[in-house]
Amino acid sequence: MNHLAVIQVIIPLLSAPLCLLLRWRTGAWLIALVATWTTFGVSIVLFRTVTLHGAITYDMGGWPAPWGINYHIDSLSALVALIVCGIAALTLAYAHKSAKHEVRPESLRAFYALLLICQAGLLGIALTGDAFNMYVFLEISSLSAYALIGLGQRRRALRAAFQYLIMGTIGATFILIGIGLLYSLTGTLNIQDLAARVVLIPESAYGHRTLITAFAFLTVGFSLKLALFPLHLWLPNAYTYAPSVVTIFLAATATKVAVYMLLRFSFCILGKRFVFEQLTLGNILLIPSLAAILIASLVAIFQYDIKRMLAYSSIGQIGYMTLGISLNSHAGLSAGILHMFNHALMKGALFMVMGAVAYRTGSVYLSDFRGLGRRMPWTMAAFVIGGMSLMGIPLTAGFISKWLLVEATLEVGWWPVTGVVLVGSLLAVIYIWRIIETAYFNPRHEIEHGTDEAPLSLMLPMWTLIGANIYFGINTTIPLQMAKRAATMLISGGTL
Amino acid sequence: MNSMVLMQLCILVPLVGALLIGLSSRAPNIREGVTLMSAALLFAVVCGLYLNPDALTAGALVLAEPIAGIAIKLELEPLGLLFAGIASLLWLITSLYTIGYMRANNEQHQTRLYVCFAIALASTMGIALAGNLFTLFIFYETLTLSTYPLVAHNEDEDAVIGGRYYLGILVSTSIGLLLPAIIWVWYAGSSIDFVPGGVLPLNMPPASVWVLLFLFAFGIGKAALMPIHRWLPEAMVAPTPVSALLHAVAVVKAGVFCLLKVVVYIFGSEILLQSGANILLIALASVTIVAASLIALRQDNLKRRLAYSTVSQLSYITLAGAILTPVSTTAAMLHMAAHAFGKITLFFGAGAIYTAAHKTRVSELNGIGKRMPWTMGAFAIATLSMIGVPPAGGFISKWYLFQGIWTSGYGMLLLVLLLSTLLNCAYFIPIVHAAFFRPETYTPEYTPAQTHGEAPWTMVLALCITATLSIVLFCCPDIVVQLARLLHGGG
Repeated sequence: MNHLAVIQVIIPLLSAPLCLLLRWRTGAWLIALVATWTTFGVSIVLFRTVTLHGAITYDMGGWPAPWGINYHIDSLSALVALIVCGIAALTLAYAHKSAKHEVRPESLRAFYALLLICQAGLLGIALTGDAFNMYVFLEISSLSAYALIGLGQRRRALRAAFQYLIMGTIGATFILIGIGLLYSLTGTLNIQDLAARVVLIPESAYGHRTLITAFAFLTVGFSLKLALFPLHLWLPNAYTYAPSVVTIFLAATATKVAVYMLLRFSFCILGKRFVFEQLTLGNILLIPSLAAILIASLVAIFQYDIKRMLAYSSIGQIGYMTLGISLNSHAGLSAGILHMFNHALMKGALFMVMGAVAYRTGSVYLSDFRGLGRRMPWTMAAFVIGGMSLMGIPLTAGFISKWLLVEATLEVGWWPVTGVVLVGSLLAVIYIWRIIETAYFNPRHEIEHGTDEAPLSLMLPMWTLIGANIYFGINTTIPLQMAKRAATMLISGGTL
Repeated sequence: MNSMVLMQLCILVPLVGALLIGLSSRAPNIREGVTLMSAALLFAVVCGLYLNPDALTAGALVLAEPIAGIAIKLELEPLGLLFAGIASLLWLITSLYTIGYMRANNEQHQTRLYVCFAIALASTMGIALAGNLFTLFIFYETLTLSTYPLVAHNEDEDAVIGGRYYLGILVSTSIGLLLPAIIWVWYAGSSIDFVPGGVLPLNMPPASVWVLLFLFAFGIGKAALMPIHRWLPEAMVAPTPVSALLHAVAVVKAGVFCLLKVVVYIFGSEILLQSGANILLIALASVTIVAASLIALRQDNLKRRLAYSTVSQLSYITLAGAILTPVSTTAAMLHMAAHAFGKITLFFGAGAIYTAAHKTRVSELNGIGKRMPWTMGAFAIATLSMIGVPPAGGFISKWYLFQGIWTSGYGMLLLVLLLSTLLNCAYFIPIVHAAFFRPETYTPEYTPAQTHGEAPWTMVLALCITATLSIVLFCCPDIVVQLARLLHGGG
């Protein structure tokens, strides 16, 4: 039996206490680094296996599925796991210098331990085939995320963490209630088993109402977790005040995993027919998605703290993902799923740039960017390319997902929605351009000469992600194929 | 050499040039030597393509395929060859001019300027050789982005605001209108390749054809059809060599070139005539021709006047393309060349005047012809070309355009041409007249003690060459006419 499925979650989970036990701070980082790169390797192997041989099912302790907990890795889980592990590996490579700079030395070991626990939680969500187990992993990842955000330098980080704690707990509770209702209705928690039993509930039956209630709780819960537009209030503060490393990791992975949960529950448990045709999730998601794209992007234009600006931009970008889902078509779903992957690449890269700027200047207000084009040429070049990906300029990954999304909206004939997608791109041009203009065309305020580039250990992961942005803008075969397969899998109800 | 290799070289030569220029930023002589070398090499490569007998029939070269069916590919056709030829030839001459200008005016950030210039030329070559709309769009965007640092070169408030206009208008029209138009073509015709005769299905409803053409006409903001022309005068804050090459040749010609390509290879004449949508382009172009000329009359800043004249002249090309007869397409191609040679001379002249005399306004030019006879002589020849009088290239293109209008049945357009020719006279002749026949006027800032002669010799040489090219085009327009014939042979 292939134990890789479970090993992927166990490695970060077991390495976390090791980080705490060790007295040596660099040692804690080394353990975390080795752990994340090993899981990254495992996730690549699993991704390849799933690509070549289809879904993998792993029964915990050998107990068959409805009785024991099983792990089920299909194309969507493999893709999400790859995103989480890839970003974690690069973030950890980046973390050493940045965290030393931004996190109090006495909390450093706890910091790495929490990062690993958070990664284990996110991976568990992606890989598990059990609804309740998924909730447990969600709590693991969320609790560690609250603590991580609270480790930020400024006192406001605590408030941001508390805000996220409240909102996140409400979301998680809603999800728990939803799962509880499903359990009371069917008596099972295994996802495939749930799907098989939910289908059998006739529309006229009394239980159908319970199902609708469960759906409502679940949708609101996930929307809170993935920061869908009116429920996004926790996100800007959390991303702004968290240490740079945490922002990179959470921005690139946490919301994607929440989108994954929404997809998993909607398509693989409740079923496309129930969710989209009877309860019209498409229409429910459409307006918030469009509002997110327009309003969050507009708000981003007026931010002076650039981390905050990117946080608002993230809310807008999440709108693109949920818009893809709301189109309720194969093209729309694959565009949304591909955008999960591409957005992780671009936001990861852009937040790494923020970390590098914060490393040199101490903060990332717009005024800190004056003259940076000459002072940190490589970092700002990375920002320009990452920003172009965010705008959707051709030859970057962002363009591909925009193109597919526009094509999907044209396919269903929603012209005004096409317009909104394009206006969203234009707003991105404006908010990115403010910084490029400041960095390159505003003289620096102090009289300094020469370059003051970020250290190599920050540069390498940043440019790896930038390279990925360009590579996946030219050769999209791997993620696009996987996204399409995942979309086919979801539409068929998770049987592939 | 194989034409596939030559096509790749067209893009690689300026890119490698840009890299080497960037590396040699400490040694200005080497840097400028590299610029000249790569420009000369690029021109040689394009000549090689022209002389290669089977280059036009060699087919497409696929570089990458990000989405199935949507490839990045290069393919040579007559229109693109002409555009590539003009752009590469004028890059060589402009490099000569730029070196003189930048040194004489002690401009800052010269390396950035040369690097961006080379990247812009690589993008222009990419546009000229694009084998489908997707490739065209990619290089269209890179051209916009690579020319932004050139427009905002001076880094003062005017430059940054001018740059914002430039970037804002061009990027928003291309993403907001051109991109959906391309995706629509992909969706409706299931191909975005350039195919002679068009790729759109003939049964497409006329209303859709109108809307699609509208999206293309305004999406290609670089063609500067009114009211999407504002970026062009705003971009005049750039140093003059930049205005000369980019805003008289590369960028604006890329605009009309894209529009012509879309008309010829995406729509095709059949579907346009059938739905009558080409009336839209004809009307927009006519309005722009007259309105821009009227605005040009009122401009006192020499470069702004030239900018509005460019807006007007570009619409000649659009108009000629939209009439959809073989003769008028020939006229469009001829005018691309004639306007390029003429307008670059005028901009060179404006830059030479600024360098030698620090004058930027038309009203200050009295008597300058005696101090700068070569510059103003070339300026006068270019003016003739703009108006369309022999012995300059503009005459030939206007001749073909009249012929095209005559045979097509849009007789009213003759009036538009007549009116605009009169307006051209009205805003160009006074400049030449004042320069040669009025006595110099002195102001407190400008006294007889401040005498000046010609600008540095490289600049004068460059503008004399371009003026000569205008005359050469009048004497032997055959190259262009033959290319135009090939275009019809293919279509």
